[in-house]
Amino acid sequence: MNIAEYKGVFVFAQQVDNKLSGIALELVGKGKDLAKDLGTEVTAVLVGSGVKDLADELAAYGADKVILVDDPELKEYRTEPYAHALASVIEKYKPEIFLVGATAIGRDLGPRVSARIHTGLTADCTQLEIGDFPINPVPGKEQLHNQLLMTRPAFGGNTIATIACPEFRPQMATVRPGVMQKAPKTEGAKAVVEEFNPGFTPDDKYVEILEIVKSVVDTVDIMDAKILVSGGRGVGSPENFKILDDLAEVLGATVSCSRAVVDAGWKPKDLQVGQTGKTVRPNVYFAIGISGAIQHLAGMEESDLIIAINKDETAPIFDVADYGIVGDLNKIVPALTEKLKAEMAAKN
Amino acid sequence: MKIVVCIKQVPDTKGGVKFNPDGTLDRGAMLTIMNPDDKAGLEAALRLKDQYDAEVTVITMGLPKAEEVLREAMAMGADKGILVTDRVLGGADTWATSQTLAGAIRNLEYDLIITGRQAIDGDTAQVGPQISEHLGIPVISYAQNIKIDGDSVIVERQFDDRYHVLKAKMPCLITALAELNEPRYMTPGGIFDAYNAEITVWGRDKLVDVEDSNLGLKGSPTQIARASDKVRKGAGEKVTLDPTEAVDYIVDKLKVKHVI
Repeated sequence: MNIAEYKGVFVFAQQVDNKLSGIALELVGKGKDLAKDLGTEVTAVLVGSGVKDLADELAAYGADKVILVDDPELKEYRTEPYAHALASVIEKYKPEIFLVGATAIGRDLGPRVSARIHTGLTADCTQLEIGDFPINPVPGKEQLHNQLLMTRPAFGGNTIATIACPEFRPQMATVRPGVMQKAPKTEGAKAVVEEFNPGFTPDDKYVEILEIVKSVVDTVDIMDAKILVSGGRGVGSPENFKILDDLAEVLGATVSCSRAVVDAGWKPKDLQVGQTGKTVRPNVYFAIGISGAIQHLAGMEESDLIIAINKDETAPIFDVADYGIVGDLNKIVPALTEKLKAEMAAKN
Repeated sequence: MKIVVCIKQVPDTKGGVKFNPDGTLDRGAMLTIMNPDDKAGLEAALRLKDQYDAEVTVITMGLPKAEEVLREAMAMGADKGILVTDRVLGGADTWATSQTLAGAIRNLEYDLIITGRQAIDGDTAQVGPQISEHLGIPVISYAQNIKIDGDSVIVERQFDDRYHVLKAKMPCLITALAELNEPRYMTPGGIFDAYNAEITVWGRDKLVDVEDSNLGLKGSPTQIARASDKVRKGAGEKVTLDPTEAVDYIVDKLKVKHVI
């Protein structure tokens, strides 16, 4: 492998139902920063069927170039044709960095692609920067410059590790949604669009989609919510989430929950905050009856303001809360809802 | 029908993590468990065994101590246990780990390979899909429900706001979620048998079609540049108040921060 041949920052522009996922724009934003540091460009790789129109949106958020892989076989996400699309793009264009979202799609696609082209893949990164490897000079070892340094939590969020991929290209990472920032939108910006079709021939690795079942509950994505009212096992029962729903309604907030609540079957998985759920950073995060396992903290501790209510004064959630109230949520939450209603009424 | 289940022995991060004075993980001081997603994968395999009389082989890569999780799996009902252990395999990243496991699995006949989605120590979710790539078979990640249909498998594959019902021809690899099922307990008879059962131990020489340059630390494309404890933001105020005072306190803070 001649590493010097590999140039440019590429990002996978994930789309579902021909709509760009938030992570696509976040990766374009981060990719642009990295490209600037390297003196190169950011290229979005757009894969799907009939998705050409999305190129303008990628351009508006900073993509210099869009590589479009458009084929009827790519209508719905399936591992094999998507892996073939990305691996073919990498072989032809030889990028030095390739970023993929750490979504239910990207965490399936990334490993398959990295195994096909033989390079390293760092999972669920929360920070990416250009730097030296080794970070500090080591006698007898060449210090390489302009390396992608990929930082991620490990051991359930107890440690953070920074990883490099010095001898293989592209340097690949999956990136946690909700962590990187989109660039400001520039209306009317245009990117160079290049179409590329490596050919798709179905074989046994192309699985068949028998049915697609969408969640019937039409909820706001908890990653987009400005205020989250989040409940844990301490809420006590699925019925008792009503008091959280009421509080959320007054505040225009969205209800989310901890893993324990999902495991107990009280709430669906897409409302779960934490290491195996979603990373959120709303303006306000209410942690109600959530003890604050380290895996939960990893998903919400970047929230601007954290208010915790828990009867156990030793609960670890208090270690990250800006304001912690030791008390009975069954009394405090309904009273808070009433008081806020009165406050809002007085205002109007 | 033959099923291979890949399992991993992991530190139980729920009980907190212990560090050596030099900052590395003190694995000896921590309890170990069978990785939860892997255990769900094993349970899924055992249900197929109950239903279709499948033969279930569990395989793990690790230190000799990792034989404990193989015995646990056999006490739950797995038929055979294989431990892949060798000094040259140490320090492997996901690429080298998946190369190793694929190399070991090439010795076996299989219709289905089941792995957990991810291990709670690394959380990468990479090894399952990478094994499938090395073996040239389809992968279905994030499985919610597994059914056999002739020479194919039908699986519900979870995404954020939906699931796909997928049909794949076997052999196929599936990654399982801990939410998939409630794993069974070991039976007393099973425990007795498992602790007397013979565990197959394989070293580097048993790995098929794997080059030395793809094994262990030296065969790992990713390298650690730095590792450190997570620095958390400090705790703010903690107050114990009666409900009325607590409400006033929260409303006051929301006003100060211009939330309301």
